[in-house]
Amino acid sequence: MDTAKGRVWVLGDNVDTDVIYPGKYLPIIVPEEMALHALEGIDPQFPSRLKHGDIIVAGSNFGCGSSREQAATCLKAAGVAAVVAGSYSRIFFRNALNQGLALVESKECRTRVKEGDTITIDFGRGKILLSDGDISFESLAPFLMQILEAGGLIEHTKKKIAGGK
Amino acid sequence: MGLTFAEKLLALKAGRDSVQPGQIVEVSPDVAMSHDNAGLVIRQFAQIGVKKVWDPSKIVIPLDHRVPAESTKTANAHKSIRAFVKEQEIASFYDIREGVCHQVLVEKGHILPGMLALGTDSHTTSYGCVGAFGTGIGATEMAAVWATGKIWLRVPESIRVQVNGNFPEMVFPKDFILYLVGKLGAEGANYCSVEFQGPAIANMGIPGRFTICNLSMEMGAKNAVVPVDRVTAEFLEGLGVGSGTAFYPDPDASYAREEVCNISKLAPQVACPHAVDNVKPVEELGGTRIDQAVLGSCTNGRIEDLKEAASVMAGRRVHPDVRMLVVPASKSVLLEGIRTGIITTLVEAGAVLVNPGCGPCLGAHEGILADGEVCIASTNRNFKGRMGSSTSEVYLASPATVAASAVMGRITDPRKVK
Repeated sequence: MDTAKGRVWVLGDNVDTDVIYPGKYLPIIVPEEMALHALEGIDPQFPSRLKHGDIIVAGSNFGCGSSREQAATCLKAAGVAAVVAGSYSRIFFRNALNQGLALVESKECRTRVKEGDTITIDFGRGKILLSDGDISFESLAPFLMQILEAGGLIEHTKKKIAGGK
Repeated sequence: MGLTFAEKLLALKAGRDSVQPGQIVEVSPDVAMSHDNAGLVIRQFAQIGVKKVWDPSKIVIPLDHRVPAESTKTANAHKSIRAFVKEQEIASFYDIREGVCHQVLVEKGHILPGMLALGTDSHTTSYGCVGAFGTGIGATEMAAVWATGKIWLRVPESIRVQVNGNFPEMVFPKDFILYLVGKLGAEGANYCSVEFQGPAIANMGIPGRFTICNLSMEMGAKNAVVPVDRVTAEFLEGLGVGSGTAFYPDPDASYAREEVCNISKLAPQVACPHAVDNVKPVEELGGTRIDQAVLGSCTNGRIEDLKEAASVMAGRRVHPDVRMLVVPASKSVLLEGIRTGIITTLVEAGAVLVNPGCGPCLGAHEGILADGEVCIASTNRNFKGRMGSSTSEVYLASPATVAASAVMGRITDPRKVK
C-alpha cells in the first residue's frame, strides 16, 4: 500500500478492546457484522459515524486488554484505513496486521491533529502529511509489511504454503 | 552475556544457542489452545485451505466463555467445534462441563515447565505458574499455527520482579499483583517477559503463582513466569505428568527493568473503574455501595479462593441488597467445594452458584450489570462496560475483599470483618 488519506477521529490513551468491541458481540464471526459494533463501547453512535477511509489517531497502549481479534477486524471491516497511535498493546498489534489493518506508531500525531482533520499517511516515505507540516515515522519491518500488503495473515500464509516454504 | 528465561526458552525453541531482545524467531508451540473462540479459528483455518491441523496432539480446546450456550450463534459455534475436533482427531477437547480454559489446562497437566504455550486468550500468561512461556494470540494467528505449526515471535525484553517479605493476614497474591499493576501501569510491562522471584514468591503455592502470572497481562506482559522449584515439582508429581524442562535465567542476564517489592506491610488493594491499573488501598474507598459481588474466574476461582471467601463469610449472610455469584473455575473446584462443604457455606450464606466457566467476567452472560450498578469481582478486567451496562462500574479485588464486601453491602476491608 502506498498512501492513505482520510478523516481523523481522535481517541485517548489505553483504548481497550472492551470499548473497541464489547464482549457481548464475540459470538459474531462475520466481519461485516462486526463492523456494526466498532468502537461502540466508546459511543453507541460510533459505528454509524465511521466512514470508509477514516483514520483513528490515538494515544498510548491502543488496543490493550483482550486478545479478541474482532477489535481489529471490526475496524478494518468498518473501512478504517489506518490507526496512528503512540504505542500498541502487542496482541492488538499482531491482530491488526493479521487483518490487513495498517498501523503507524507516532507519539506526536495525536498532539497535532483534531477530530475532523484530513491527513495523509505516506507509508513508503514514512511520513504523515498534516496541513501544517509533516511527521516522520518508522516503517514496519519488511516481513510485517509483507503480511499487511498481502491483505493479512490468511493470504500471506496461503502464499507461503503455495511457494513451498 | 547471560540469558533471561524468555531468551533461553525461545533460543532453544528456535534451534539457536542464543537470542536477544528484538530478534525475530520462528518457533513451534508445544501447546496451542483455544476455547469458544475456536469457532472463529475454524472459519479462518478453512480459508487457508490446509486440510489437516499440523499436530492434533498439541491442540487443546476447552469450551468456557459462554457455557452452556447463551445464544444460537454460540450454540452453532460449539457445534462446529465439536465437529472439527472429531474430524481432526483432536483428543484434548473439553466440552461445556469442565471449566475455564487456563484452569483446565494447568489442572490436567497439559502445561509443563519449559513449554511454549499459545492460546486464543490473553490470560494465557497464567502458565508461567508452572514455568512455561504462555502468551495470547488472535484467532487468525491461531488458524495459521494450526495450519503450519509455526509462529514468528519477537524476543521480548525482560523485567525482573523481586518480592520479599510475608503476606500479612487477609492480604493475598491478588493484592500483590494489583499493587504491582497499579505501580507499573497498564503499559509498564508492555511486550516484556516478567520474571518473579524472591522469598515471597517461593512461599507462594501454585494457586497464587497462577494469579500473579494471570494478571501480569494487565500491565501488558508478553508472558510472566515463576521459577520452577519444589512447589512446582510436588504439584506436577501429584498430577503424574512428568517434569518438563526447567529454564532459569543466568546470573548475568540483562533486564530492561528491575523492581523490588516488600509485601510485609501491604494492605488489601482494589482496582477502581475503569482501569486495572487504577489501584488504591481498600481503606481509600470509603465504603462504596455494591449491587453484585463475583467470586470466580481464571484469576481467582480456585478452591483456595472459595475457601478464603467462605472463611470470611462464616456465620454471616450476603447483604440483602447484593447478588453474590460464585463461579468455580473448574468442575474439579466445584466438586471439591461440595465435598468440603465450602460451597454449601457460600450458598447457605446467600450466594448463587454458577456453573464453572467464565460466567459474567467478560459480560457474556450469567450476571450482567444494569445501568449504574456497581460490582466487586475477583476477576481480571474492569474496563468500561466490561460486565454489562456502559454506566456500570466494576472494582477488582481479592476473594477475601469480595466476600467481606458482599456481606457488608459496600466495599469492605476484609481485615475489619474477621
